Amino acid sequence: MFRGLIICIYTMFILLFLISIDPALATDPPVAAEAASQMPWWGWPLILLVVTFLLGIVAVLGGVGGGVLFVPIIGGFFPFHLDFVRGAGLLVALAGALAAGPSLLKKGMADLRLALPVGLIASSCAIVGAMIGLALPTNVVQIALGATILGIVVIMLMAKKSEYPDVKQADALSTALRINGVYHEATTGQDINWKIHRTPQGLALFIIIGVMAGMFGLGAGWANVPTLNLLMGAPLKVSVATSKFLLSITDTSAAWIYINNGAVLPMVVVPSIIGIMLGSIVGVRILAKTKPAAIRYIVIIMLFFAGTRALLKGLGIWN
Amino acid sequence: MEKKIHTTEEQVAYAKILDRGMKAGLLVLIFTFIVYFSGMLTPYLPVNDLSKYWGMPVHEYLERTGIHPGWAWLKMLNKGDFLNFIGIAFLAGVTMICYIAIIPILFKKKDTVYGVIAIIEVLVLALAASGILSVGGH
Repeated sequence: MFRGLIICIYTMFILLFLISIDPALATDPPVAAEAASQMPWWGWPLILLVVTFLLGIVAVLGGVGGGVLFVPIIGGFFPFHLDFVRGAGLLVALAGALAAGPSLLKKGMADLRLALPVGLIASSCAIVGAMIGLALPTNVVQIALGATILGIVVIMLMAKKSEYPDVKQADALSTALRINGVYHEATTGQDINWKIHRTPQGLALFIIIGVMAGMFGLGAGWANVPTLNLLMGAPLKVSVATSKFLLSITDTSAAWIYINNGAVLPMVVVPSIIGIMLGSIVGVRILAKTKPAAIRYIVIIMLFFAGTRALLKGLGIWN
Repeated sequence: MEKKIHTTEEQVAYAKILDRGMKAGLLVLIFTFIVYFSGMLTPYLPVNDLSKYWGMPVHEYLERTGIHPGWAWLKMLNKGDFLNFIGIAFLAGVTMICYIAIIPILFKKKDTVYGVIAIIEVLVLALAASGILSVGGH
């Protein structure tokens, strides 16, 4: 199983490497357009399907959302313009969140009372982020994207997690909004009572998270989880589940901005959604049998590589 | 041991609609893409020419192809590529439907603050979906 997984990741690296070094497949639009004429029209969508399928597997095993891998990797190594990649990235993250949401809500893992106020702030700001992202020059967005991805790498390496954060007293705002709950911890058979604190600070942070989600089309699980868990004090499982559900709200508003501004190409979006979703299904099955710790580090290396690529591409050093 | 699940009425209602909407949206998306990919319905942009456009910034792509942004795709559903927007718009619209469905539940429970939050969220999503917020391009 582990050997198969390594072959998958290796195949993806080889594919990305070939795409990045072959001048005929370079991402400079005129060259790419000319070169693409040598490839049958279905070539790129097929490669996209294969790569997103592999990304779906790796994302599940690495414990990250598909969107955060999709945008820098597809944006860095495929001939699609970053505008279309970000539009597709949002729809990929949205589809994943919509698929996971019902089960998380029914099981009581995702909490609607926690998600609603947070979602309102994040989704409003995601609209602003999407508009900024589409208005800025591509190289500026590339540089900012690269810097953000490298920042995520640092967060993934440094951030700690707290299974059950110690919240001595709920703050006034969360008390007024009655943001608290009970969830059933299946592993211990216990009911866990939880409440949150530092709600105003958490909500303020979701302004930035929303803007970044809309601007880069990344999804925002990498920022949602530490904010809900470490800052606001929600239990880890509630934070992860609510974060996943939250993406369905945040990404919806940003996705509409991309759709209404023409930045959605079905030939890019649909193979990506299908690929990531099929990959996630396979990834969950592999996860049930094995969880190699090395995968998280492979994801971090992939993000570091893709972030550096985006940064250098934006600076005009590696086109 | 019986598993206890702690959820509210509005959370269950939201989950049920989200579940049905997501499945319907994905089915439509896959079906319309098969129609597009197989060439059953002629696309507005010939598939052989797509590679000329997908590397362009979006404003240039719209200019070169003569595609109108916003809801103009509704008038082009007889084209294979634009047919896909039914599924895409459906997936992007499911959340709004879920919110609309829980508003009466929240007010019935006299949870006015959350009822108002849900109404504002619907307005925010409607604004995003309206097409009013267009971007000048870069």
